[in-house]
Amino acid sequence: MKHDKIERNLGILLVLTMVAISVGGMVEIIPLFFIKETVEKVEGVRPYKPLELRGRDIYIREGCYLCHSQMIRPFRDEALRYGHYSLAAESKYDHPFQWGSKRTGPDLARVGGKYSNDWQTQHLIAPRSLVPQSVMPNYPWLATTDLDYSDINLRMRALRKTGVPYSESQAEYERNVEEFGADVAKYLHIPDAEKNLIGQAQQGNYDTNPDKLTEMDALVAYLQMLGTLVDFKKYDDDYFVKFR
Amino acid sequence: MSQETKTNSASNEPKSRARKAGGVPSTGHSWDGIEELTNQLPRWWVWAFYLTAIFTVVYWLFYPAWPIGSTYTKGVPGLNSITYTATQVDGTQVEKTTHWNMRSKFMVEMNELHAAQKQWFDKVAATPFDQIAQDAELMQFVTSAGKTLFSDNCAPCHQAGGQGVIGFAPNLTDDHWQYGSSYAQIQDVIVHGRQGYMPPFKEIITDDEITSAAHYVLSLSGEPHDAASAELGAKVFKSDTAACYACHGADAKGKEGLGSANLTDKIWLWANIPEIEDADEKLKAVKNIIAGGLNRGVMPAWEDRLKPDQIKLLTVYVHQGLGGGK
Repeated sequence: MKHDKIERNLGILLVLTMVAISVGGMVEIIPLFFIKETVEKVEGVRPYKPLELRGRDIYIREGCYLCHSQMIRPFRDEALRYGHYSLAAESKYDHPFQWGSKRTGPDLARVGGKYSNDWQTQHLIAPRSLVPQSVMPNYPWLATTDLDYSDINLRMRALRKTGVPYSESQAEYERNVEEFGADVAKYLHIPDAEKNLIGQAQQGNYDTNPDKLTEMDALVAYLQMLGTLVDFKKYDDDYFVKFR
Repeated sequence: MSQETKTNSASNEPKSRARKAGGVPSTGHSWDGIEELTNQLPRWWVWAFYLTAIFTVVYWLFYPAWPIGSTYTKGVPGLNSITYTATQVDGTQVEKTTHWNMRSKFMVEMNELHAAQKQWFDKVAATPFDQIAQDAELMQFVTSAGKTLFSDNCAPCHQAGGQGVIGFAPNLTDDHWQYGSSYAQIQDVIVHGRQGYMPPFKEIITDDEITSAAHYVLSLSGEPHDAASAELGAKVFKSDTAACYACHGADAKGKEGLGSANLTDKIWLWANIPEIEDADEKLKAVKNIIAGGLNRGVMPAWEDRLKPDQIKLLTVYVHQGLGGGK
């Protein structure tokens, strides 16, 4: 009996299990690369600026995704609470994406601009000082820890390998100017990353302490841009129906 | 039984393979006397399996299913379509029919919601502010819808009952309104947001002058202070170097257009003076604000997040529902 052989041989069982799962996965995933309507055609989506990118890394480091999703589903209750449903296009530069599947806290896909920088900073230091019923842990060290941005170039280069269009050469920069406009393209240029990171932090004063560039600056800069890239007023409210 | 089990597990497999239980041959798999037999799969189970296979075919007819090159099957046309009303960028409404998909279904859900609330929101939009408050039935809608909107969007700063947080966000239930208490003023604050700012005075006036000014400010709201110092502070307040009066007004009652604080009432937003017991600490808290200024108190603009009719409803809720409006 052949089945006998599979059940008694762990190696074969392992390989065949993986083959079976892979076939299932491939059948579901691969066609999406070819179907035209998978990713919405939409204006405004851009890669993260260096400061936001560091903020995103801190978001991952602190495990925010364990309690917060970044995926608004197309349901009425979610739209009323969080805003327009998330688009595939909005996380096309996210590696890895932060969709998540657990909502102990609220979804954060469109949290950008909803609260002031003050609020975000105070809330991260001591959530219960503003939301008495919150069960979120305190993150006071973010406001006192200097942001380490010495390796920002390497972080951008790593994402470049996954297809995020951060520019290294002048020609690539020009291409970004064409695609994203000069204002955005300058932030995507790896050789200027450190300068741009400091510049954005000083200009935005995200942690409400202008004297210090902290991890709070980066994390709040990241939170404040989440879900703000696409201007939905520019589109008919059913424009996205034709995708997927 | 236990005797048998022992012999069984001790003996070799071929022996147990030959055994029969209830006439069904054993597969020869035996663990601690529990034996796997070669029974057929239950008939109901097999049929259930065939049914799921048939169901998938039915599913293909009704729902998007198979990828074909750069597109995919969308079910038999007309068999399971969705009709919804869409609002175009220019505001016109168009009815559209598509094959079944989640995003169309979502459009229908939102259409139903808007239809259910339309008569109320239309009434809110069409009724002048002061008349909404007099319409008991309409106020019922404003209060319940307003509470939901307020809890989600405003409560994180102003707290669930609108009581605010000292040192962070103003109380909306008291009689003091930094930016004015009329419907129009409240609406303007919600639409455009606000940015609180008071310049730091540590490099404009001397430390002694700051101390005097702080005594003066404490004296205005009846807090313990040094009378002689407060008199000097009044001069600082009115001097053209510090020019405190320029924002807070000659009577120190604040100016609604600027959002400057009324210093003569007992309401404190940035320093929790009434809660501080020690007089020196009170003085220190006020001095800190005068010396360092305030670059906080940002209220986000809501015009991009909320619809105009939602903002109007919230305005009435804040003015009437929370009970602080004048």
